[in-house]
Amino acid sequence: MSGSRERVLARVRAALADVPRDEAPQDVAVPRDYSPAHDRGEAAELLVDRLEDYKALVHRTSPEGLAGDIARALARRGTHRVAAPADAPADWFGSTEVEVVRDGGLDIAGLDGMDGVVTGCAAAIAETGTIVLDAGEAQGRRALTLIPDYHLCVVRGDQIVAGVPQALPRLDPRRPLTWISGPSATSDIELDRVEGVHGPRTLEVMIVD
Amino acid sequence: MSPHRSTGRAPGAQPSSGERAAGHATFMGMPPFPEAAKSAVEDSQMRHNLRLATGTIRGKREAVVSELDDWPDLRQAGKAIKDRTLRHLDTYLEQLEEAVTAAGGTVHWAADADEANEIVTGLVQATGESDVVKVKSMATQEIELNEALAQAGITAYETDLAELIVQLSDDLPSHILVPAIHRNRAEIREIFRDRMASWGVPAPEELSDDPRALAEAARVHLRERFLNTKVAISGANFAVADTGSMVVLESEGNGRMCLTLPQTLISVVGIEKIVPTWSDLEVFLQLLPRSSTGERMNPYTSTWTGVTPGDGPQEFHVVLLDNGRTDVLADTVGRQALRCIRCSACLNTCPVYERTGGHAYGSVYPGPIGAILTPQLRGTASETEASLPYASSLCGACYEVCPVAIDIPEVLVHLREEVVARPGHRAEKAAMGAAGWLLNGEHRLDTAQRAASAARSLVPRRMPGPASAWTDTRDIPEVPEESFRSWWRREGAAEAPEHTGDGGDEDAQEGGRR
Ligand code: SF4
Repeated sequence: MSGSRERVLARVRAALADVPRDEAPQDVAVPRDYSPAHDRGEAAELLVDRLEDYKALVHRTSPEGLAGDIARALARRGTHRVAAPADAPADWFGSTEVEVVRDGGLDIAGLDGMDGVVTGCAAAIAETGTIVLDAGEAQGRRALTLIPDYHLCVVRGDQIVAGVPQALPRLDPRRPLTWISGPSATSDIELDRVEGVHGPRTLEVMIVD
Repeated sequence: MSPHRSTGRAPGAQPSSGERAAGHATFMGMPPFPEAAKSAVEDSQMRHNLRLATGTIRGKREAVVSELDDWPDLRQAGKAIKDRTLRHLDTYLEQLEEAVTAAGGTVHWAADADEANEIVTGLVQATGESDVVKVKSMATQEIELNEALAQAGITAYETDLAELIVQLSDDLPSHILVPAIHRNRAEIREIFRDRMASWGVPAPEELSDDPRALAEAARVHLRERFLNTKVAISGANFAVADTGSMVVLESEGNGRMCLTLPQTLISVVGIEKIVPTWSDLEVFLQLLPRSSTGERMNPYTSTWTGVTPGDGPQEFHVVLLDNGRTDVLADTVGRQALRCIRCSACLNTCPVYERTGGHAYGSVYPGPIGAILTPQLRGTASETEASLPYASSLCGACYEVCPVAIDIPEVLVHLREEVVARPGHRAEKAAMGAAGWLLNGEHRLDTAQRAASAARSLVPRRMPGPASAWTDTRDIPEVPEESFRSWWRREGAAEAPEHTGDGGDEDAQEGGRR
């Protein structure tokens, strides 16, 4: 700690002289009449629609078809070496010829040399086309999904929720979270949306259900 | 030879740090609003860019907001959560401090800009580094951190595309969300071609003005910087009191780079950025992206809590910034300005902002929110701040789009009262200057509806204090709405500053657009 802690707190308290001393934070009513989700049909279908809207590549597949679809996606992309979290299921890579490098502390240059990365996710939000990574199972640390230019993400059907309020209880705030809604983009030049700036410029999503 | 010679302000040029700081553009000492607005309005290129941009973004916002039938409920919840936070800010600040500390972060408290700059400079110096990467943050612009770091020989590299454009061209940001909204693609290409080399990786020889090519040039320019810089500085959109989590929303991935790759992360966060609980984010993560970029969700949102072993920066500092916020908090009418989540919807909808652009407001907070925040943060003693509450027609569009329901017109009127109550103040001058600028040109306020609103509300029904004479003698309340312009021409024009007439180009644009 450094700086003017007491001074700032004293100023805050002085500024709030109008607030009754016995008022507790909960006494300030917060109406929560908003909806947990908006009814827009089947969640997986909506997720596909939203992700495509962000110019992500999206496929729906089955547990049996996943390895084949991953292999085809990596081949289409022309990858030679892709990174994967240490704990990503081995059967994801059962059909691919591409070299899969398990992350055991690759340095930044090592990550920069990868043609892509394949991970799972913690949750997905259909309405907003969002995939959330929490550095947990089959996701790896944050740098892994940031530096390679291509991110292939596997989403299980049971990880999809409809709206934002349904996603937060599933997420552990103590973990570093990355919410991804499409590939990186900028609208800074005449508000023209351009996909692909610093994060992965291509996002490909496999929805498994 | 070093390509750095050509520009005195680029980092490689190694001018004395004092010189470098002096060269930075700054909002301090800007002329008061009417003057600044007048010269901005005359810049037709800027006006054209701005109108195009705000029109586009308004349309996108409307589309995604109307998609949610519970938008009014979300807005009510957002407002109430922020009110709860503000009324008990001391409790939440202490809670946040405890949670951040428990998660391995360090909390610092800064009473003003100087103290915040000192703290951050000291933290960077302790790492032994002389370069830092920055992700767009209004708080650090407000305290002019880059200039303070430069004085200490530390170069801050802006990494947001728009901020990069602003930094390379030694310009000032003009919009909260799209700071280079006043620049078009051709201008951006010129800036990249001329200036990138002196800040690092040069722009390609054959750079076109295709936004794609420009974005690619920015990617290449910044890539090495991201991969090698050891210290990052950020702000935060939200700081969650009960968990100690910080939240940053962004689009390009430069935020993720800054928040993930360096070893040390320093976040400068205004004390009003707090939300009480983790689950409160369910409201703001719906309100903010839809209101600001008009997207259902922005491409990237990062949240982190203290430090995570083996993932991301291993040293984390948060600097809690007051710098006038407690003065805003003390004003029971003006306090609501601290609910602001910096979405910029009020800028994009404001007819005055659309004409003047952001620079006229003389602060990092432009548009309607700037007109109420800046005078409160800095006080109304100087002419610039005194004129800001008049930089509005009180048409109310800003209130309607505000996702946390800040009644900007109410605060504007309240601040006008404060301006006129100041002993010996030039209230009349401030009012007349702003009103004259707004209304003298035929096309300044472009719809009859807005003119009508202006007539109702440009002048408060009765101005208190010394200005009451001004309003009383002119029978404001009785002026029929439709004839406000003619009334103004008769009564106001003589006293208002001279105006150059609107150029014919504006008429042509108006006609063509509608
Ligand atoms: S005042 Fe409201 S509309 Fe304006 S930037 Fe702040 S939150 Fe957005």
